[in-house]
Amino acid sequence: MQRYVPNTSADRREMLAAIGRESVDELFSDIPTAIKERFHPLDLAPRSELEVSARLAEMAAANVGSSLVPFLGGGVYDHYIPSVVSHIVSRSEFSTAYTPYQPEVSQGTLTAMFEFQTMTSELTGMEIANASMYDGATALAEAALMAERIRGCKRIAVVRTLFPHLRRVLETYAWASGVSLLELPYNLSGRGDFSDLPDELSALIVQTPNAFGVIESLKGLKERIGDALLIVSAYPLSLGLLEPPGAFGADVVVGEGQSLGLPMAYGGPMLGLFATRKAYLRQMPGRVAGQTVDAEGNVGYVMAAQTREQHIRRGRATSNICTNSALCALAATVYLASVGGNGLRGVAELNLEKAHALAERITKLDRFDLAFDGPFFNEFVVRTTENPIAVKARLADAGFLVAQPADLAALGVERGLRIAVTEKRTQDEIDRFVAVLGGSE
Amino acid sequence: MKTIFERPTSDATDGLFPRPSEGRPMDKHGIEDDLFRTGPPRIPSVSEPIVVRHYTALSKTNFGVDDGFYPLGSCTMKYNPKINEDLAGLPGFTNLHPMSDPELVQGVLKLLHELTRLLERMAGLPAVSLQPVAGAHGELTGMFLFKRHFEERGEANRTRILLPDSAHGTNPASAALAGFSVAEIPSDDRGMVDIEALRSMLDETVAGIMLTVPNTLGIFEERILEITEAVHGAGGLCYFDGANLNAFLGRACPGDMGADVFHFNVHKTLSTPHGGGGPGAGPIAVSEELADYLPIPRIVERDATYGLDWDRPRSIGAVHSFYGNVLVAVKAYAYLLQLGDEGLRDASANAVLNANYLQTRLKSTFELPYDGLCKHEFVLSAKGLPNGINALDVAKRLIDYGIHPPTIYFPLIVREALMIEPTETEGKAALDHFVDVMEQIATEADAEPDLLRTAPHEAPVRRLDQTRAARDAVLTYPMEGPAS
Repeated sequence: MQRYVPNTSADRREMLAAIGRESVDELFSDIPTAIKERFHPLDLAPRSELEVSARLAEMAAANVGSSLVPFLGGGVYDHYIPSVVSHIVSRSEFSTAYTPYQPEVSQGTLTAMFEFQTMTSELTGMEIANASMYDGATALAEAALMAERIRGCKRIAVVRTLFPHLRRVLETYAWASGVSLLELPYNLSGRGDFSDLPDELSALIVQTPNAFGVIESLKGLKERIGDALLIVSAYPLSLGLLEPPGAFGADVVVGEGQSLGLPMAYGGPMLGLFATRKAYLRQMPGRVAGQTVDAEGNVGYVMAAQTREQHIRRGRATSNICTNSALCALAATVYLASVGGNGLRGVAELNLEKAHALAERITKLDRFDLAFDGPFFNEFVVRTTENPIAVKARLADAGFLVAQPADLAALGVERGLRIAVTEKRTQDEIDRFVAVLGGSE
Repeated sequence: MKTIFERPTSDATDGLFPRPSEGRPMDKHGIEDDLFRTGPPRIPSVSEPIVVRHYTALSKTNFGVDDGFYPLGSCTMKYNPKINEDLAGLPGFTNLHPMSDPELVQGVLKLLHELTRLLERMAGLPAVSLQPVAGAHGELTGMFLFKRHFEERGEANRTRILLPDSAHGTNPASAALAGFSVAEIPSDDRGMVDIEALRSMLDETVAGIMLTVPNTLGIFEERILEITEAVHGAGGLCYFDGANLNAFLGRACPGDMGADVFHFNVHKTLSTPHGGGGPGAGPIAVSEELADYLPIPRIVERDATYGLDWDRPRSIGAVHSFYGNVLVAVKAYAYLLQLGDEGLRDASANAVLNANYLQTRLKSTFELPYDGLCKHEFVLSAKGLPNGINALDVAKRLIDYGIHPPTIYFPLIVREALMIEPTETEGKAALDHFVDVMEQIATEADAEPDLLRTAPHEAPVRRLDQTRAARDAVLTYPMEGPAS
């Protein structure tokens, strides 16, 4: 019997006797024989914990990329995670609980959800936020569907400078809902070109900093799109320093929360942020915790606004989302609580400084120049007279990761390299990176 | 509970990161003035000891599988092996950037590929995508596949999805999100799909059916082959919700029951922790006919070298930023390797035995609307209890006895439902204790009903007012000071 099963054979005999059955196999007599006869096992022998540990350690070691130094971002970044985060998140009262359907034994999860919503609202400059989505891409896709529900028009404009992984998911969800996506170009600065806005839109989608790392200027945009919703996909760590989209009139702010205390983890689990106006609460997807009181008047938290959700409204729900990214949201909450608003501003400044210091040095190299003159945060695109694939290979040989040039080519930037710099990059790494970049062709 | 915003603040300004600028004013680097925040975000600075005590205190108000019996029906709250957490935390997995070249991540690609093969065999279906990150996400992806299938066949008229009246709420919500309308099939008096009713609903507007096997009453659809044949015969497809896979692990394959798409709830059946609401994983297995539509990229292998194939012109596209919840997949893979075929059969054997034992022992005290052999779970009704005591009262009173309540008021076809799923990771002693407590609660319902109506008494908070939260909708803490 496998080691996670406490029943002994004596237990099983007694239990079978109590229910009047001869054997365990009898308990499966309701499965048609034809189905059982077709069954094929996995041909997998059980292994001990020791053997499984060794096998997975070997697989982990085969990931040589884990020891390279990332100058690679594109929506997932190598930020420092304070030690506190993993210690709290691995407490099994949090990690082994289910969705908080029974609030009286889930105050830990629910209070943290309430804190997370508060922090997300503050960072994005919005009135309310939900308790998380799967990732930044599905958060954006569901924001688009929400706009379509609110405005009832199946046209959404999207700036071309969306990260490709966001665009792919948005396209899938839009196709299934019959929503057409109209693409807006970018200008010479690398910013969205809003000079020719289509009309009859449900929403305009802008990402900032965008796929070139360029910070968009959202000022006045909301006024120009009439009834359409302004949906902004933002990089939450940058919001320690930058004006939140809410201050520019955004109707929905979404983002990938990985930068707030989650490892890169080969892309999952991630954390979708979703914040909006209170007026749209009834249309918002996802779980949300609300404050209430108990029978003695003490403050407590419960899942609120559940009448939007699938388990109540079924086919008329605002979304099908059930399990989301609760533990990742807890990690982000603990991250933000540890860092504080001042600390977040500080770490954002560090990113800004290091990225600009590197950019300045790169532009002094003969064969490299900035691709755009728009302002950037911690990521930027350089153009090179070399073959960017060869440059990328040279960097990889020296232990550095940068973005795939093909991703930029797909956005119309030839001979481009995108480079990200976080607070984790040391002076030594930056010096070596520049040396390799400027080295022989 | 207090929030972090009500804890003492600190004026410590550094320690986690090196100081930027060392006293110099910040260079704006060409960023326009109005693009900067006027002040830092209003998130308080709290010293590390206070942060740790705050979240430790919060954790102690929570109840997880490690705290005690958690018979939450439909959720398969089995024990989450500790080793799997350690393995998923290896830096060789956590430090990988998702846009790394495949040659730099051969270990994780191999793991994902092998897990894919294992899940295909478990499902009895030829192709699996690990991209969906939750059960409902798997359902949605499955509905996208249905849609693409009928689009390609020029049968855009197939716009309806049928589902039993006992279905999970995510099923109709997923179908609707993919643009389908939904219609309910009534259950018969034994709690199974009414096949005659189903046949009468099948026509050229039906895209397919969504089924949970065994169903949410814990009953195996004995005529499952007739059901799926009828749907296929009418040109429709069959989606199987895998929430209840624990009932037949190592004994049967959904593909052999007629499933065209099947999703796994990795955070249920394959023992990965639920995290208080995720992250989970909801991989889908599909038939040959639908395999080309699966999300991109596909993980592929050639001569023991692993890669990502983006060139799948018939694919629906992507449903997640990258490759799904990879760290969750690592845990599931470690679990399957440990159990092997034998362990999987042990799991379903003990899960089903435990459920039948509890059902037999509890049916003399509580009403059992659908009596008979159950699978991994069963549904009682609290409606026979005296003094108007309802399922909610029973649930809250269980908390006082240190037991997590079952799922209540679901499925919707049972009044005052108590849906109980013990899982294989509980032993007879824990089940006997649960029976004692349930019998005690039934006695209290008669003798001291107020004790139940006002429960819980021993929890971190007393019964919470759900109505007030719905009415007032206080969703954020009121921050002090000017917003940016």
